[in-house]
Amino acid sequence: MATGFDPSGRLPDFFTNTGTSSFTQFLSQAAPEMLPGRRPLPPGLSGDVAPHGTTIVAIATADGVVMAGDRRATMGNLIASRDIRKVHPADSYSLIGIAGTAGIGIELIRLFQVELEHYEKIEGAMLSLDGKANRLAAMVRGNLGAAMQGLAVVPLFAGFDLSPADPARAGRIFSFDVAGGLYEETGYEAIGSGSLFAKSALKKRYRAGVSTADAITLAVEALYDAADDDTATGGPDVTRKIYPVVMTATANGTQRLSDEEITTVAERVVQGRMENPGG
Amino acid sequence: MAMQFYASPEQVQRDRSEYARKGIARGRSAVVLTYEGGILLVAENITTLRKISEIYDKIAFAAVGRYNEFESLRRAGVRMADMLGLSYDRRDVTGRALANAYTQTLGAIFSETQKPYEVELCVAQVGATPEADELYRVTYDGSVMDEPGFMAMGGQAEAISNVLRERHDTAADLQTALALAAEALGSVGGENGQTRTLTAKQLEVAVLDRRRQGRAFRRLTGTALTTLLGHESVPEAELGDVDAAPPAPGEAKPTISAASSDTEETPDEKS
Repeated sequence: MATGFDPSGRLPDFFTNTGTSSFTQFLSQAAPEMLPGRRPLPPGLSGDVAPHGTTIVAIATADGVVMAGDRRATMGNLIASRDIRKVHPADSYSLIGIAGTAGIGIELIRLFQVELEHYEKIEGAMLSLDGKANRLAAMVRGNLGAAMQGLAVVPLFAGFDLSPADPARAGRIFSFDVAGGLYEETGYEAIGSGSLFAKSALKKRYRAGVSTADAITLAVEALYDAADDDTATGGPDVTRKIYPVVMTATANGTQRLSDEEITTVAERVVQGRMENPGG
Repeated sequence: MAMQFYASPEQVQRDRSEYARKGIARGRSAVVLTYEGGILLVAENITTLRKISEIYDKIAFAAVGRYNEFESLRRAGVRMADMLGLSYDRRDVTGRALANAYTQTLGAIFSETQKPYEVELCVAQVGATPEADELYRVTYDGSVMDEPGFMAMGGQAEAISNVLRERHDTAADLQTALALAAEALGSVGGENGQTRTLTAKQLEVAVLDRRRQGRAFRRLTGTALTTLLGHESVPEAELGDVDAAPPAPGEAKPTISAASSDTEETPDEKS
């Protein structure tokens, strides 16, 4: 490691002092260049230099949350990637998806995963779901400078609340804006350029207390509608068998739908659209 | 002005060593040993302040001595491991790198400062087989030793080590290994050289589970620990969760503002 060792060989003070339990705050002292918002950018807009990821949907269900993301990343009018994964577990009970500059988004996910695990190890306790959302908001806020120059990234955060105020609403969804604003959503939420169409689709179909299995179908349907009207969102790719990434967070932790499971759901949705293109 | 007396370097080192050794011997002990399913870490500890902790996926930390000193070293280890894992990859974080950082740090503190740290550490890394397990003992002066599958630290470590040396078996199952650890810790400290029987309340126990993907550290508490101490096995699924207690239930307060519920008037409080 380039960082971290003074000539005496002993770990520098910021390693051994009490400090905080936040990994990103520690990094800002130890290696600020590892934080995306701390890098100097050339003047002007840089939005077109890197691929963009698009649509993510999250749905609150009877026993947790479902989050799904399409697989496309674009650069201007080009498809940069057909099989990017934009939905990941943040820890054992929460999920994070990103829209915006893909590189920074994926880095933000990695940092956030370490941030949560780091707190667990230092404190021997898990952060509350609100605490996790607030930490993520702070990290998005740190990227504001880059966002103003076109390298914006906006996450969607959802998780199973282990100690909810209302047990019937243990699955909770949080959305963010580029300034680090944090908003709790009711029922469902979508982000990215296809989110308009995904949310419209969900508005007509979502019912409170929907089962996880139904919510998975709803999410895939909503992504289909987003891909239908937004060029930056990829639809189900039946020729290559590339389907959305779908994850759930329930009392049993987070789970990614296996290839077989998502193939079954996606092909059923596509079959339905063959008969009725409007869904 | 105070007179400066000359003290030879040998004398200074000797005094510091003696001071540190006395401090470490005053505390209660901890043992670390390999068994068939992983590495078992047991400390005699009646407080909730922890001597054993997770550092990374396959790496755990155990310490004896002064709490404030080894706690700051534990935090440094977690920070360093997380930073390495983020910079490279999770597989590139090794127990040896951590043991190295600890020896450098403790060595520098021992030779440069007035007061040495009164701590002894173990960095344990679990492998695919008991032969691939790594146990590093790092002492107050920055020495490091690669231990052969078991070690005892703090208190009357020598006597405890002797019990382990006679009966340690890498093919033992978890309850056998735990029974041996508890017996070794209880073999000293009784009145008139009597042995003690340690209960679940007096022990802090964790394992690095060889068979787990990802984070292998599991803390054993409550019924799982009592069952194991009673020489009965516990199914793997009930070995406890990763080392993180869930937060307390949320109160009815606005979560978006930083407010506490008592800063908002509820209708029935209005006079």
